[in-house]
Amino acid sequence: MTDSTESPDLQRRSGLRRLKEGTYGGFFAACAAITLLTTVAIFATLLSDAVVFFAEIPIVEFLTGTNWSPNPAGGGQSFGIIPLLIGTLVVTITAAFIALPTGTLTAIYLSEYATPNARSILKPLLEILAGIPTVVYGYFALVYITPALKATLFPEMSTFNALSASIMVGIMTIPMVSSISEDAMSAVPDELRQAGYGLGATKFEVSTGIVVPASISGIASSYILAVSRAVGETMIVVVAMGAQARMPAVREAPLGIPYINPADVLLESGMTITVAMVQIAGGDLTGGTIPYDSMFALGLALFVVTLAMNVLSDIIAERYREEY
Amino acid sequence: MSNTSSDTTGDESLITTDVETGSTDRSTAVGETAVAARDLDVFYGDEQAIDDVSIEIPEKRVTALIGPSGCGKSTFLRCINRMNDMIDVCRVEGDVEFGGKNVYDDDVDPVALRRKIGMVFQKPNPFPKSIRDNVAYGLKIQGFDGDVDARVEESLKGAALWDEVKDQLDSSGLDLSGGQQQRLCIARAIAPDPEVILMDEPTSALDPVAASKIEDLIDGLAEEYTVIIVTHNMQQAARISDRTAVFLTGGRLVEYDDTAKIFEDPEEQRVEDYITGKFG
Repeated sequence: MTDSTESPDLQRRSGLRRLKEGTYGGFFAACAAITLLTTVAIFATLLSDAVVFFAEIPIVEFLTGTNWSPNPAGGGQSFGIIPLLIGTLVVTITAAFIALPTGTLTAIYLSEYATPNARSILKPLLEILAGIPTVVYGYFALVYITPALKATLFPEMSTFNALSASIMVGIMTIPMVSSISEDAMSAVPDELRQAGYGLGATKFEVSTGIVVPASISGIASSYILAVSRAVGETMIVVVAMGAQARMPAVREAPLGIPYINPADVLLESGMTITVAMVQIAGGDLTGGTIPYDSMFALGLALFVVTLAMNVLSDIIAERYREEY
Repeated sequence: MSNTSSDTTGDESLITTDVETGSTDRSTAVGETAVAARDLDVFYGDEQAIDDVSIEIPEKRVTALIGPSGCGKSTFLRCINRMNDMIDVCRVEGDVEFGGKNVYDDDVDPVALRRKIGMVFQKPNPFPKSIRDNVAYGLKIQGFDGDVDARVEESLKGAALWDEVKDQLDSSGLDLSGGQQQRLCIARAIAPDPEVILMDEPTSALDPVAASKIEDLIDGLAEEYTVIIVTHNMQQAARISDRTAVFLTGGRLVEYDDTAKIFEDPEEQRVEDYITGKFG
């Protein structure tokens, strides 16, 4: 390059600048790769140890067995995931019944009804709720919710029970639903609300008929995220639900239709997949034993469940996306 | 259209609109008042957006509100169906009468008011729903118990959109082009059969071809509805309106008269300066 030239300086920079650009790009890619590699590594570990487990215990036995006792005192191990699945499902479904409606209605309130002042106070409060360590929730369930339920609605309830734990898991996931749903609703352009009001819609009609449908994919994502969180929740369940892998009694309705009384599950202690894993990990098991390997089989099962839900959420979000 | 043929101005409130014979030769004779403002002041916080405006807008005519940016014409439009209610800092003093009733009276429900006064916005804003649901939305919330499909068809025809969308009523309103979306919004506004249609710069986000289609449409709408349109485009006001109100800075209504008079021989020098592009 010379200074004498009149034309604008368009000379391609060589050397250091290009090297720097390349380095930045490489650095960012490396960060992305770490995340990806970790995921792959976790999955590979789960899979390899699970394969060892399934060499000992047939996969059908694992998936259909109704007795989970990995380490009984008198011998005679049994690795049936069904009671754990029931525990996990009960907690997840009950928690969803609490978190999804409450969270959605909270989001509608925050996005559509709350004054800016109320919103500026409530949103951080909700986020604090999301920041409380889950073990604290667990003790809250054990020490307050269970006694309260026992004193009022369910005197026959056991101290460790699925209901209190589920209620608490539900409360824990409310902020997740409300926060993400509220973001989705706030992102709905104001022109759409104006159009609704201009047609003589009430605030309720605009909120439920225009804003919620327009943000349904965001709301659905929040649901799936919250449900995934409930599936994987551990501490609350360990503390408040006890750790007994129980099969609920199968009763017989008229005409011989078998059913399970929800009270048999909800008011009794139980065990989820996560708790079973904690129990094994917390015991003094050494590597290489079947109970140790069963932990990875459970982990894999959990992984498959949450992965399936994430995929499902993507499909739902894509299907119902209302672009604006 | 042009309204150069008539010199009937002033107080014509005794003349009924029954005599009208079609959009292209609507008489400039002013019919009954559809919307009126009396001593209207509007404030946003401490700032005055409308300053002592009084105006009588005739029914079944196109009335254009023109003026430079920030002159209060959109604010005035939004006073008529109380869309300003949603702005916390907005304060309205004086009367806006619709059908002889002050819409700011305590016993007026803004929701009921807006069901009588449709609105079309600057940016086409169809709902992210099907074309059919877009048009039927107003009917649905108003509990319309007639033949919804027939009304949807009628409204889409009224908005000159039917032929283009009749085979895709279930596809999203957002798949349409900008001009079609705006006509869809017009169909949506007329579906519940309002008495007045407010249009806030309905063509400013559209290309000239789409805009001219909307203009043609507005001309026809005035046979059934009172149309009040805010526009930045003076040629548009001249082309489509029967009456023109000129707002100038400070939210004052400076001149209000037949469109031909405003554009050919305005009383006020400021209006002439504005119209001829000397400022604004």
